Amino acid sequence: MIGPDPHIIVKDLTMAYGSYVLQRDLSFTVNRGDVFIIMGGSGCGKSTLMRHLIGLKAPATGSVFYGPMNFWEAEPRERERMMRRFGVMYQSGALWSSLTLAENVALSLELYTTLKPAEISEIASLKLALVGLAGFEEYYPAEISGGMKKRAGIARAMALDPEVLFFDEPSAGLDPVSARLLDDLILELRESLGTTVVVVTHELASIFAIANNSVFIDAARKTMIATGDPKRLLKECANPTVRNFLTRGEAKAEENPGELAAPCFLA
Amino acid sequence: MRISLSGEWRLVNQLPSLEAVAGELAATDGSTAVAFDTRELGSWDSGLLTFLMAVIALCAQRNVAVERGGLPPGVNRLLTLATAVPERQGARRGSGCLPLLARIGEAACDFWRSLLEMLEFIGESAAAFVRLLTGKARFRRADLLQILQECSAEALPIVSLITLLVGLILAFVGAIQLKLFGAQIYVADLVGIGMVRAMGAIMTGIIMAGRTGAAFAARIGTMQVNEEIDALQTTGVSPMEFLVLPRMLVLALMMPLLCLYADLMGILGGLIVGVLGLDLGVIEYCQETVRAISLTNVWIGLFSGFVYGILVALAGCMRGMQCGRSASAVGDATTSAVVTGIVSIVVATAIITVLCNILGI
Repeated sequence: MIGPDPHIIVKDLTMAYGSYVLQRDLSFTVNRGDVFIIMGGSGCGKSTLMRHLIGLKAPATGSVFYGPMNFWEAEPRERERMMRRFGVMYQSGALWSSLTLAENVALSLELYTTLKPAEISEIASLKLALVGLAGFEEYYPAEISGGMKKRAGIARAMALDPEVLFFDEPSAGLDPVSARLLDDLILELRESLGTTVVVVTHELASIFAIANNSVFIDAARKTMIATGDPKRLLKECANPTVRNFLTRGEAKAEENPGELAAPCFLA
Repeated sequence: MRISLSGEWRLVNQLPSLEAVAGELAATDGSTAVAFDTRELGSWDSGLLTFLMAVIALCAQRNVAVERGGLPPGVNRLLTLATAVPERQGARRGSGCLPLLARIGEAACDFWRSLLEMLEFIGESAAAFVRLLTGKARFRRADLLQILQECSAEALPIVSLITLLVGLILAFVGAIQLKLFGAQIYVADLVGIGMVRAMGAIMTGIIMAGRTGAAFAARIGTMQVNEEIDALQTTGVSPMEFLVLPRMLVLALMMPLLCLYADLMGILGGLIVGVLGLDLGVIEYCQETVRAISLTNVWIGLFSGFVYGILVALAGCMRGMQCGRSASAVGDATTSAVVTGIVSIVVATAIITVLCNILGI
């Protein structure tokens, strides 16, 4: 039997803004093909952690490995090459507002491939069709709804068939049905393309629907307090902060003040 | 100690001061508890809660126990809710003003940081320009053409109006003095040299700082807020090449042309005053203008325009790229872009004037 294949390894990562430390000693592994959730309460640094993983913010200390390559110690040119293997969907979609949806998807293809314009256009249409936006090629981002922007953002993130897809709060601001459709789309992409998916979210329904691995970071302790499959964490983790989060506070677990509960790192 | 609460406790009414309670509490030995009698209490809202919170805080300071049993259940529940989450250590910001030396130090640090950021931005722009020269810069031709249109044809009406009026003003001001000596023909010299050598470029620079520099900052700042710049970076596209370079290129190329146009409009303004107000002939005015203006004056004006173009583009793009991630930050970036643009134009004008003086041109 083939064991898990580590794809992203985060080692002793400390995130800081100047002298203010946001999170310290983060160490976890994302295996190839995982749907990995970065979860935690509001303001704990989930999106900042994602920015460290995608090359937008350098860590104060610690490392991020993609396979054997140390991402932050690589030469800028090599790091840029590694970044082309990512696709990122931002919370707001972050579509380039002056470009049509097709142009948004096509830009990275124009820059990094030698394909002819007609071929690029076909690929852009295909990617848009994959996310249910066939026929919207010539629309500008301002002309479509929030949910469509998110889907267009996924199409753009998938343009170069990335090895890792990052999602920042994909279901934020969506109605439950659209959020569910987006979850299904993420799973479908993982199943059909074998892409590793890293999702920053605190939407419990999404977490339990799509994740097979996760890390829980805590604002109070400024470090991670749980890792593993969220469904298993719900059953097996006794840490009150994690239980409160995963049960929307219904577990009514209380922490003894002055005594920090043990973290739960499930294998 | 029993506090009796009666009547209406609403924000719209005058609420009683805490002084009476504080005075009574000071007179106690600390062993008594505070209780409430609310049998006469009428309707209440946040006004009552605010008063009670203040009483509870006062009691806590003096180690006096508070018995909340006599309060209405709704008030009790809200008080419990308000005190459920203890204040986070270090969360409260000091309201006091920093000492003078600390403020001076902070301002000096901010200035130094801003200077370093400016130098870094200029360095990155220069590097992007070098990549353009070596054919490695990546931006969209369609964007370049779009910006070209915005910074040239679309700017003509406002440039026409302002510089025509500046020409008129220069001519009027000059005419008042020159008429005294019967030398009104020299209005053409004054307006011609003034516009071509300095005023045409300065006015165009200021118009472009307010119009185009602000638009650059707002556009790029909004992209920063919407994470579009992050998306460019993760796609491996340098925002300096994709966003800043085309804007700098366009303004550096178009500003000298706009200056030339502004010069002509200013001279036209002077001509209108000369012909209608000073009884000069059109041909006479034009001949005097041509005689007065040397090619050196034209080159100085065009060079100034080129420099102002780069400065306005740098100020607009830099403030946009430095923009924070909120709506107010976009407003701040826009204001800052205009101020930086106009200040840098004035400083550059002073430097160019001194240099021309030293070089004798």
